[in-house]
Amino acid sequence: MEILVCVKRVPDTSENEIEINKDGSDIERDDLVYSVNEWDNYAVEEAIQIRDNVGGSVTVVSVGDEDAEEVVRREMAMGADKGILLSDNAFEGSDGRGIANILKAEVEKGKYDLVLTGAQADDGAGQVGGMLAAMLDWPYASLVNSLEVVDDKTIKVGREIAGGNLEMNEIDLPCVLSIQTGINEPRYVGIRGIRKVASIDIPVHGAGDLGITPESVGESGAKVKRIDYFTPELGEGAEILEGSTDEIIEKLIELLKAKGGIK
Amino acid sequence: MAERKIFAGGEFLITDAGAEDVFILEEMTREHKMIYAAAFDFVKKEIRPNMERINEKNEELTRSLMKKAGDLGLIATDIPEEYGGEEMDKISTCLVTDAIGGGASFSVSHSAHTGIGTLPIVYFGTEAQKKKYLPKLGTGEWLAAYCLTESSAGSDALNAQTTATLSDDGRHYLLNGEKIFITNGAWADLFIVYAKVDGEKFTGFIVERSFPGVSSGPEEKKMGIEGSSTTSVIFKDCMVPVENVLFEIGKGHKIAFNVLNIGRYKLGAGVIGGCKVIIAEATQYATTREQFGKKIASFGMIKNKLADMCIGIFMTESLTYRLAAMIEDKLSSLDPQARKEGAENAKAIEEYAAECSIAKVYGSECLDFCADEVVQIFGGYGYIAEYPAEGIYRDARINRIFEGTNEINRLLITGTVLKRAVQGRLALFDAVQALEEEAKAGLPDAPGFDDAPLAAQQHLVKMSKKILLLTLGKAAGNLLADLAEEQEVLAFLSDMITEIFAMESGLLRALKMIDKKGEKRAEYHTAAVQIYINDVIPKIVHWSKQVLTFVEKDDALVVLLAAVDKLAAYRPVDTVSLRRLIAEKVIKSKRYIF
Ligand SMILES: Cc1cc2nc3c(=O)[nH]c(=O)nc-3n(C[C@H](O)[C@H](O)[C@H](O)COP(=O)(O)OP(=O)(O)OC[C@H]3O[C@@H](n4cnc5c(N)ncnc54)[C@H](O)[C@@H]3O)c2cc1C
Repeated sequence: MEILVCVKRVPDTSENEIEINKDGSDIERDDLVYSVNEWDNYAVEEAIQIRDNVGGSVTVVSVGDEDAEEVVRREMAMGADKGILLSDNAFEGSDGRGIANILKAEVEKGKYDLVLTGAQADDGAGQVGGMLAAMLDWPYASLVNSLEVVDDKTIKVGREIAGGNLEMNEIDLPCVLSIQTGINEPRYVGIRGIRKVASIDIPVHGAGDLGITPESVGESGAKVKRIDYFTPELGEGAEILEGSTDEIIEKLIELLKAKGGIK
Repeated sequence: MAERKIFAGGEFLITDAGAEDVFILEEMTREHKMIYAAAFDFVKKEIRPNMERINEKNEELTRSLMKKAGDLGLIATDIPEEYGGEEMDKISTCLVTDAIGGGASFSVSHSAHTGIGTLPIVYFGTEAQKKKYLPKLGTGEWLAAYCLTESSAGSDALNAQTTATLSDDGRHYLLNGEKIFITNGAWADLFIVYAKVDGEKFTGFIVERSFPGVSSGPEEKKMGIEGSSTTSVIFKDCMVPVENVLFEIGKGHKIAFNVLNIGRYKLGAGVIGGCKVIIAEATQYATTREQFGKKIASFGMIKNKLADMCIGIFMTESLTYRLAAMIEDKLSSLDPQARKEGAENAKAIEEYAAECSIAKVYGSECLDFCADEVVQIFGGYGYIAEYPAEGIYRDARINRIFEGTNEINRLLITGTVLKRAVQGRLALFDAVQALEEEAKAGLPDAPGFDDAPLAAQQHLVKMSKKILLLTLGKAAGNLLADLAEEQEVLAFLSDMITEIFAMESGLLRALKMIDKKGEKRAEYHTAAVQIYINDVIPKIVHWSKQVLTFVEKDDALVVLLAAVDKLAAYRPVDTVSLRRLIAEKVIKSKRYIF
């Protein structure tokens, strides 16, 4: 099975406290540590497992600047066979539809049976997978938390639905799936994997290579624009607990005890 | 990349290295970065969340974590590829050790296993021994321990009482004796053991747990690193096949000392990981705790602590990775045949014995400084076991004791430099003589400085070397062979040598950054170096004058003291503002900033 996994480089929320910058236009990006979006890591692991079971190959693709290359390479060290970086000044400032557009062009350059995305990104809106499927006119399942290859035409996917229930679907290939965390346990990157990929050249495709008119993507093509960025005011009855995780847990337990929630 | 000049051991004292001669972390290759990230990720997700369970001395857990680390290649960094290892360069090895260093008890089990437990076989094992044992050790299937210390042989390690007697049929050695304080003692499957053949020839042996006559004593109750195993290991008519003699009979000291050299520079790398955890905890707390209606991080004295932690880590990092690259360059310069000979590798590393001891002493003291200050920042909560500072404080303390106490290492730093000078491997006395000539002609006044960044600091490092040469020359000249007995003098000299290596390493890192990335990107590097050198120079002067006052009298002394003052003349920098600059950055990013 030929699998394409879309991954994104995001600020690592376990390493940073995300704060809003001075003019409220964005988060404060100085000093941030970046890593691969957590959901995407599960998607890559799932792809590797499928490949190891039924054969084929896994390609990792990311839309981003040159720094995004590091997450593509990381996922290759994990076990993906190929990596592609989609990078062009014209891509900057794309909205979700723009990103889906760029990815669609790359998907069409290959012969993929399955495209995986993370269910959402730490800094995103969880829309790229669905849009990409629609643009390709491929079937789509979101929030997938189990996956089984039936044959080369169909796979079975389980989805989380409200109330902790599971829903099983059969879905025709080719398709797009957005992968939920918890579907597997992503492997760590090992030294061998790193050595294999450290000096590989990762191809970079720009608007020209993809046949995309620059105006249709990036800031000029964006139809969704961020107009403000702020921390909401504390509402009535709300309290934000501060401190380290341990301290917060401690305070929470005390609160619950004080209010009779636990004994 | 331009070739770095290969320095002889101790040569930094008499030759000024250029920025192009040192490796700095900012020039890590892509592979280096990925290796560090992979090891860090492992520690973050597998070790740190399990700290409490590890600290219950959970053998099963530590073993399974060691195996997981093994699967990723994180415990086979120094093992050659032909025996299933990763055979990494020394910078990569240090990066792995650095990342694992954030794992407290686990990092101690890890370093005992991968370092002193495994390296004796890597460097001194026979082909058959390497084939038999290294694959098991490199995957974590087997754990290793290193048995040197005995009740009467601590710092005086060669005074072992454990004996090895050849059996009548000549096929086994019978080991008898008791080793104490052995890391991984209760868990290890393999022990590197030192014993005296015929009661005199100090020799290394590879002992499997399953050999008859091996047993472990009860776990010691320890101040810290409770998650690691520390026990005595007892050998009672323990039958060790003759093919398990390590290296040559009577040459055990070669193994022991060479392996310690490596253990020492790697300890320098390991403490960096610990320090980075500490500064993050400290900043996290300081930016949440409020007193007098303000976050305590806004208080100048708290800022000072954060800045000093940060600067200390910066210096440890600068000197340790500089040293790792020096070792790597030296090893790479060996011809391919020698490169394959473990003993040749060990000899190449021995070149930098003094620098390895510097990394050990400097790094462990930086860690303890950070551990002490994090307790202070936590205030009363720092003393309470429920909060992280208390455990950090206890865990850190061992590093000044094992791998040779810091006293023993201080003796080694000065001792090695002097020995190399006497052996003609380091032109130290020529430099002393040249300086004396210069002094006779009249030392020049301190020059005025143009605006070149760090020009004053560069000058001060040069002058520090001169002060050391002057002091060491006088001490050696006046005390002659007695110098070896005057420990206080040796210790002053050792501290001077250490600080020169630290200052120069930090300075060259900052200069290289300025050169490569521009002054703006090197702003914090520059500040750290300015503060550090400003504060160290008066110490160098003090140590020098103490030595001189001990070895010289009357008018001759007055002349010398004046010479030191002249060499050390400097205008102080505004460290209050510079420390604030660094502290603000630490507070903003809530972690180590370099
Ligand atoms: C948790 C832990 C783990 C350990 N792991 C291992 C291990 O895996 N394998 C192993 O072999 N050992 C291990 N050790 C032992 C450790 O290496 C020794 O404790 C250490 O070398 C010091 O020896 P000692 O305890 O006998 O102290 P001593 O040698 O008695 O020293 C006492 C004091 O005297 C000072 N001193 C000694 N000689 C001199 C001198 N010539 N000049 C000036 N000062 C001097 C020392 O610096 C120290 O301050 C471990 C110890 C601990 C606590």
